[in-house]
Amino acid sequence: MNPRYLPLTATVAIFLIAYAVCIAQYPNMLSTRVIGNLLTDNAFLGIAAVGMTFVILSGGIDLSIGAVIAFTGVFLAVLLQSTAIHPLAAFALALIITTAFGAMMGAIIHHLEMPPFIVTLAGMFLARGMAFVLSIDSIPIKHPFYTSLKSFYYVLPGGGRLTLIGGLMLVVFLVGILIAHRTRFGADVYALGGGTATARLMGVPIGRTTVMIYALSGFLAGLSGIVFSLYTSAGYSLATVGVELDAIAAVVIGGTLLTGGSGFVAGTLIGILIQGLIQTYITFDGSLSSWWTKILIGLLLFAFILLQKALILLSDRRRRHA
Amino acid sequence: MTGTLKAYAVRLFPQVAALAIILFMVSLAFPGFFKLSFQNDRLYGSLIDILNRGAPVALLAIGMTVVIATKGIDLSVGAVMAICGAVAAASITAGHSLAFTLLVTISTGILCGLWNGVLVAVLDIQPIIATLVLMVAGRGIAQLITEGAILTFNHPGLIFIGSGSLFGLPMPVIIWLGFGLIVALLVRRTALGMLIEAVGVNRRASRLSGVSTGVLLIAAYILSGLCAALAGIIAAADIRGADANNAGLWLELDAILAVVVGGTSLLGGRFSIAASLLGAMIIQSINTGILLSGFPPEFNLIIKAAIIVLILVIQSPRAQSAFIWMSRVRAAEPKKEQEAK
Amino acid sequence: MQSVSSYVLSATGIDKIFPGARALNGVDFSLARGEVHALLGENGAGKSTLIKCLTGAYRRDGGRILLDGTEVDPHNTLEAQKLGIGTVYQEVNLLANLTVAENLFLGRQPRRFGLVDARAMNKQARALLSQYDLDIDVTAELSSFSVAVQQVIAIARAVDLSGKVLILDEPTASLDTHEVAMLFRIVRRLKDRGLGIIFITHFLEQVYDISDRITVLRNGQLVGTRDTAALPRRELIAMMLGRELVHEVSEAKQSEAKAPGAARFRFRGFGRKGHIQPFDLDVASGEVVGIAGLLGSGRTETAEILFGAERADSGTAEVDGRPLDLSSPRAAIREKFGFCPEDRKVDGIVGDLSVRENIVLALQARRGWARPISRSEQDRLADHYIKALDIRTSDREKPIRLLSGGNQQKAILARWLATNPEFLILDEPTRGIDVGAHAEIIRLIETLCEKGMSLIVISSELEELVAYSSRVLVLRDRAHVAELTGEEVTTNAIVEAIASAHEGRPS
Repeated sequence: MNPRYLPLTATVAIFLIAYAVCIAQYPNMLSTRVIGNLLTDNAFLGIAAVGMTFVILSGGIDLSIGAVIAFTGVFLAVLLQSTAIHPLAAFALALIITTAFGAMMGAIIHHLEMPPFIVTLAGMFLARGMAFVLSIDSIPIKHPFYTSLKSFYYVLPGGGRLTLIGGLMLVVFLVGILIAHRTRFGADVYALGGGTATARLMGVPIGRTTVMIYALSGFLAGLSGIVFSLYTSAGYSLATVGVELDAIAAVVIGGTLLTGGSGFVAGTLIGILIQGLIQTYITFDGSLSSWWTKILIGLLLFAFILLQKALILLSDRRRRHA
Repeated sequence: MTGTLKAYAVRLFPQVAALAIILFMVSLAFPGFFKLSFQNDRLYGSLIDILNRGAPVALLAIGMTVVIATKGIDLSVGAVMAICGAVAAASITAGHSLAFTLLVTISTGILCGLWNGVLVAVLDIQPIIATLVLMVAGRGIAQLITEGAILTFNHPGLIFIGSGSLFGLPMPVIIWLGFGLIVALLVRRTALGMLIEAVGVNRRASRLSGVSTGVLLIAAYILSGLCAALAGIIAAADIRGADANNAGLWLELDAILAVVVGGTSLLGGRFSIAASLLGAMIIQSINTGILLSGFPPEFNLIIKAAIIVLILVIQSPRAQSAFIWMSRVRAAEPKKEQEAK
Repeated sequence: MQSVSSYVLSATGIDKIFPGARALNGVDFSLARGEVHALLGENGAGKSTLIKCLTGAYRRDGGRILLDGTEVDPHNTLEAQKLGIGTVYQEVNLLANLTVAENLFLGRQPRRFGLVDARAMNKQARALLSQYDLDIDVTAELSSFSVAVQQVIAIARAVDLSGKVLILDEPTASLDTHEVAMLFRIVRRLKDRGLGIIFITHFLEQVYDISDRITVLRNGQLVGTRDTAALPRRELIAMMLGRELVHEVSEAKQSEAKAPGAARFRFRGFGRKGHIQPFDLDVASGEVVGIAGLLGSGRTETAEILFGAERADSGTAEVDGRPLDLSSPRAAIREKFGFCPEDRKVDGIVGDLSVRENIVLALQARRGWARPISRSEQDRLADHYIKALDIRTSDREKPIRLLSGGNQQKAILARWLATNPEFLILDEPTRGIDVGAHAEIIRLIETLCEKGMSLIVISSELEELVAYSSRVLVLRDRAHVAELTGEEVTTNAIVEAIASAHEGRPS
């Protein structure tokens, strides 16, 4: 088998085995209801993780997404509370702001040659700070449009509900897969992750691509913020703290190399589902404590890092003997 | 010796100046800022408060400085703080002696550092990825120890570490000043400092010159773990309990920031523990200053972000080459004058 | 004399100056259509600098480049590629994590409805590669193929994008005989299509196998351009290694050649699989053993296992009959070994640290961290060596990366001299440094030898080797193939040994 599919295969296998174990113990978990909830509960995380996948594929990192999600939520809540603007217009405004914010970070990373880690850390403080400035309280959103959006769902056979936001996440993943594998931009992202110097020699527009990657991540963080505000019907500046960490974990468990250049957007979806599954299992069990989620995810992360290390060693050795 | 002192003065000038400016600006907004009073054998005042509140970040910054000097980074320190706080609380509530509790807690920190160090030095995993594992799992481990609750204790000895005072200063201040001094002396009075810098600048050349690069790398992460343990004990002792969810939350970022503000490059090499400690105090002064000066605390993060961006832009390679170019232009002008003569 | 118009590329009077060193000095180079032109010279001779000037990777400081008779001035490799000059490097400059087809069409993928048409792209990729007799899965990652196949893919991309001039920079360095044959078939086919091909290599057989003309560079100067058919192998090696001064220097030295003493350091069957075949080596105290051989012959590999940078997997090493522990550089240093590596920037200097710290580094590492060398002692050591070796630096606290190459080299030498070594390995100690420093380093080698140190010196400057070595080992294909002693040590004999070994190679 092509070794580049190995981490993805491992991810899918882990998910299937884990799900089988869950069902063996709690047959109730095999229902469209559980699956529907899995998608709905993790929709905002999944959408943000697609952006993170592109960033990590290019060899970068974006620590700002949790803060951007919170900012978007507060921004929408404040806007809808204090003005008569239609939510759709507010959504567009939020997306423009967050996309520009991401593009700005990309431009700083490229033009000032600063490490993404520090630039997006500053971005995280800035976005969280802007959210605080807008409001430090949790503001409920009671707009009728929100209620009607939330009432949209597709009833799956078996009674489960595919909600609007759950469906949106799937659409974002599909579009993400398309961008990654069927556009020149997608190829350029992989090229950047394969090596900036070589990519430049091969004619990849490094600056434009870097700006676009972080802009995309900003856009998806904004979209994730909209989804999160639909999910919670509120905006709160202290919400979604540490979501970037969950997103990074999902990307790595999804089989993407943290050093960039190798991985699949589809893998990230499985990574999200594995995380969601662990939580669902713990809820079903009732006696297990929530901290096992973190420990298990940490262990999975470690296992995938080791797997990737081993794959790199293996391919190096093979190349030397070839 | 005066040469060395002068070199220190030059090295620390930007941080001292930045700190002075920030303190001055705060004192404008809050007139009683510099006032100190002596009550119950202890100094009180805003300045003491800054020193006291900044203790955890200062301690973390000590270890982080050394790790960053080796061209690494340690994302796990916040989580390790939570683990160590939980261990300390669990041990003391289980009835163990204070000495035993401290020993177990510090050993835990060292063990966490060893884990990170082995991943980086032996398995050769990128530091940012290697320490991510413990960052993610660590808080879960801490919750496992405290069983999800905030584990409170009332052992006077342990509480003393968080809120007691010695020589008129709060214990946390004594601890970070003392530990910072010990580590700074250790690295500068022995050859450790130079060897660490050599590893950070060029690991290959250092190995070929006989430097034990692996041992030094592991030692750096162990020091970072040890610092996190001390910070964890202080944080727990301060609130008389271990809060696995919030202890040390995001402090790894503040610690990295303190090091960067202290002027140590993220690319490794030259480092200064004193400068990082000043960096930690700059960050704490901003936090406390905003609070005291009546600014809404929600501006805290924005100001922090603005300051980081400013410092980073000044340090960025592009900006530096622009500075060099400017100074060359300036240097070239007098030369022309000389030629004219 | 060919008419000017038959040259696809012609460069005249190319100069390139780096701070403190002249890398190219008025070099002329011309390339005809349908010609394979070999560009030869040792490391540092200026081959890659010339290539980089031709492809715009470097800005040249003088000279003209004509492409198809019109003057061109590419600012970067992409521009050169558009003009028609494509380059393929030894380290394949493609992206190992992309598929073959993506590598071939990156940035110009065929699109349908705005999306990349993967099917069309793969089809075009297969068609392109079929011209090179390559029938592979173009949807597989590049890294799943051997270096030879990657090399061909890189050539296909370069030719497809440029189409006039193809520069092959050491393309065969890691290929086996069979793969080289395959590559050469392709090169011949491209040559028949009228491409001008510049071929850089250090394998002389391959030069004779494929090239029409040869240009030799040495120390940034053009030594000459000759028709391959009319250039005997011995003369070529002499051109590359320089032999002009040979007679006087070696004659003068014969008279004072001293008989080497009893062997102090004794290596038997010492080697490492894949690096250097097992060899025997004896070195007496106060003796300089030279190591000669062309690039890639195993010179540096020999140095590395002697110093423990790579662990030997066979053989024994002893000093005065006692076994030596050479399992790591640290162990070797404890045995009083020292090693000045060939790649000063990567393996030698610790750039951001001061000259003083670089000088005391090895000594400090040997003493251990707990026993620091006092600052006054460090200052004394640094000042001593700065004076003794004439290291030109404004002061000892200057970061070493700001020094010139020659002075960096002297500081690295000082690092080892400070440890009082008994066995010192110098890998190309005089490469890339100016003439003055060059002479000083040679004098230093002689002084150290007189003081009773055992030295191994690797150099591609044969006169130099002859001048100070009492014995010279000749290497080829990662094996020690000849040993010259006493009066046999002449540049002629070394050239002969390298050449005859080459001629004797069954191909």
